[in-house]
Amino acid sequence: MAVLQFREALRAAMTEEMERDDTIFLMGEEVAQYNGAYKVSEGMLDQFGPERVIDTPISESGFSGLGVGAAMNGLRPIIEFMTWNFSFVAIDQILNNAAKIRYMSGGQFKVPIVFRGANGAAGQLAATHNTSVESIYATVPGLKVVAPSNPDDAKGLLKASIRDDNPVVFLESEVLYGMKGEVSDDKDYIIPIGKARIAREGKDITIVAHGNVYWRAMNVADRLVEAGYDPEVIDLRTIRPLDINTVTESVRKTNRCVIMDESNPFASISSEVAYQIQERVFDHLDSPVIRVTAKDTPAPFAKNLMDHYMPSEEDAYQACLRAMYVT
Amino acid sequence: MAIPIEMPKLSDTMEEGVVVAWLAEEGQKVSAGDIIAQVETDKATMDLEIYDDGFLLKRVVGEGDSVSIGGLIAVLGDEGEDISSLLAEYSTGNNGSARDSGHTSSDDQADNKSSKAGAAGAPAATPAETVEEISALVQSGGEAKILPPSSSGRNISEKSTSEKSMSGRSMSERSMSERSMSEKSMSGSRVKASPLARRLASERGIDMESVRGSGPEGRIVKRDIESYVPAPMKTEPVFAPKRGRTDLPAGSDSYTSLPLSQMRKAIARRLAESKFKSPHFYLTADFDMRKAVAARIQLNELAARREQQKVSFNDLVTKSCALALRDNKWVNASYLEEEGEIRFHDNIDVAIAVAIDEGLITPIIRNADAKSLGQIAAETRELAARARKKELQPEEYSGSTFTTSNLGMFGIDEFTAIINPPNACILAIGAVRDTPVVENGQVVAGKRMKVTLSCDHRVVDGAAGARFLASVRQYLEDPLSMLL
Repeated sequence: MAVLQFREALRAAMTEEMERDDTIFLMGEEVAQYNGAYKVSEGMLDQFGPERVIDTPISESGFSGLGVGAAMNGLRPIIEFMTWNFSFVAIDQILNNAAKIRYMSGGQFKVPIVFRGANGAAGQLAATHNTSVESIYATVPGLKVVAPSNPDDAKGLLKASIRDDNPVVFLESEVLYGMKGEVSDDKDYIIPIGKARIAREGKDITIVAHGNVYWRAMNVADRLVEAGYDPEVIDLRTIRPLDINTVTESVRKTNRCVIMDESNPFASISSEVAYQIQERVFDHLDSPVIRVTAKDTPAPFAKNLMDHYMPSEEDAYQACLRAMYVT
Repeated sequence: MAIPIEMPKLSDTMEEGVVVAWLAEEGQKVSAGDIIAQVETDKATMDLEIYDDGFLLKRVVGEGDSVSIGGLIAVLGDEGEDISSLLAEYSTGNNGSARDSGHTSSDDQADNKSSKAGAAGAPAATPAETVEEISALVQSGGEAKILPPSSSGRNISEKSTSEKSMSGRSMSERSMSERSMSEKSMSGSRVKASPLARRLASERGIDMESVRGSGPEGRIVKRDIESYVPAPMKTEPVFAPKRGRTDLPAGSDSYTSLPLSQMRKAIARRLAESKFKSPHFYLTADFDMRKAVAARIQLNELAARREQQKVSFNDLVTKSCALALRDNKWVNASYLEEEGEIRFHDNIDVAIAVAIDEGLITPIIRNADAKSLGQIAAETRELAARARKKELQPEEYSGSTFTTSNLGMFGIDEFTAIINPPNACILAIGAVRDTPVVENGQVVAGKRMKVTLSCDHRVVDGAAGARFLASVRQYLEDPLSMLL
């Protein structure tokens, strides 16, 4: 085990996989000569050369489509979006081509491609640069959606994504890139896609979260423990396929659930998880599932408004108390 | 036009009701036929239905609050309407007069606003008439003023009702609106409970009606089921020895408390009243049941062939009593102090005490003298089954003229019962037992059954009671005479 930053764990995953398999290449804006906008790919140009670490113009639709074509023809591209906000100009390539070609060709083509980059809010970036995209992509059959919350998961899940023969939407977080954590040295360290992690075991209430907001959920859990409760925290890790069984098993035990989600609330991951909980374990619920999400507005710019916009720990803490009927 | 919703009289013996759950929010739009609350009476938890459209402007009392008949529970009206004068009217003690005086109030405020205080309230003798009470209308002044919550409060004046429980004619029991309530649950909420609480209650056989919810708006949640203490009758045998806890030092007190249910209170009140007010005396007779035993065997062979309900000894006693009551009008009577009369009932309506989980209830075989044994058997079984399921309607257990109580199935040879007012008598029936009897100087095997008649001496004198028992004896000892 080594202590690595989140960005270093991602780099380790890509580097190890590219060393193992020379059909893998990295392409995106400033991934090569600038060493990556967030320095995820630092040093990779030097190691693998310009044929496998490729700078692109500002043309997401173009290089995404190029990646899909390359994947159809036997390569395994990693496409970096500087942030997922920029993926929207390439959305036809992702939703229609990457996601559906395997289905539409009757399995004649597979599309082993990873789209990765920073997702969600990262401070005062205003309305168009703070989008949490997971529900937009998770709604499309044919895409896998992965959202690690820590360096070790980032490495294990990115390696799994690169090795997967299907298109994977890999969601990182700008605010987590500098986070340090112990990361496995194993060159075949794979965390299977579609497996949630019980981050803290408890019996009083289940808190579900993923990505950056997972850390807020852990803070809420700490507060609950201080107040004498025993919360369970689940880090979804993969959005799709959703590991609903881990969630429902937890709810069977705790009978209550609060979901924290950085997405806007309407038709979001939290909506889906809440729906599936009531569908599967209705008779085990002692209180309604409560969601704590970003506000249902575009992200504001002002700091005070942005703080208010994000799913707050205080709101989540109060939601947990309500769910336990202790307010 | 503000409409006061008053505590209706939901049973003969009801004097007050407890609002156990609100099913509508303040400010909510409601329509005629909506159930806005549940009211626990001495007999049952019943739905409070409204008969007008409008907005629920005010919930005057909270959940768990007890309100006398005629007391104000809620106010309906138009959105934003001023109800302060109406509330003032009730808070100054004029409420509850609707039933007695025929109009609700001559309160100054209401008059000043030249509003018509027209309440169409009539004394409610049967539950059906409560419609008038509930919909008694009062028009209040119309100044738009929002009443501060503090002045609305819980101004339920303590109306001392002149309604005497003696006018009720059945023993105190819990009644049985559950069936109708579960029907209503298809369309709206009733007992609020989390899915988990419902499942746990169902697994543990806990009646959700008897659980008090601690969640928002009285929602029953997991902890309410887990901390639920069932009524002692359910769990403890009647003659359970006193449990001593050995881990406690001598002299320390260990117990479980069960709050008095409305039913328990009603039993206590009415039976104490009966025992104190009506001087009881007791007549015991020992009947020869050999012919009745033989007749019953024959009857049941017939019944089996016709696929009819089997006839029990109790059915034979019911029929015998009913026939004997025809000839003994003093036993089929009521002593009515208020009215200054003894009332001889034309109908012979025999109530039969049925033990249920929460206490007991006395469903009635109406006109039992005119019914065949087969009818009595079928009807008794059907009523008892529904009684245990708490599905009886008030009219099915109110208004008997005579009552029987049978503990024979528990091996009780004889006992005395407390008269079920306003009956004049109650017959306590013991077990049919094998016993040696002397006949023509010889000891032979006999079948005997002891009965004890409790008589209200204000109506029934010793000789009258004895004549009635002689009549019953004649029918039971010669069952064919029931057919004549």
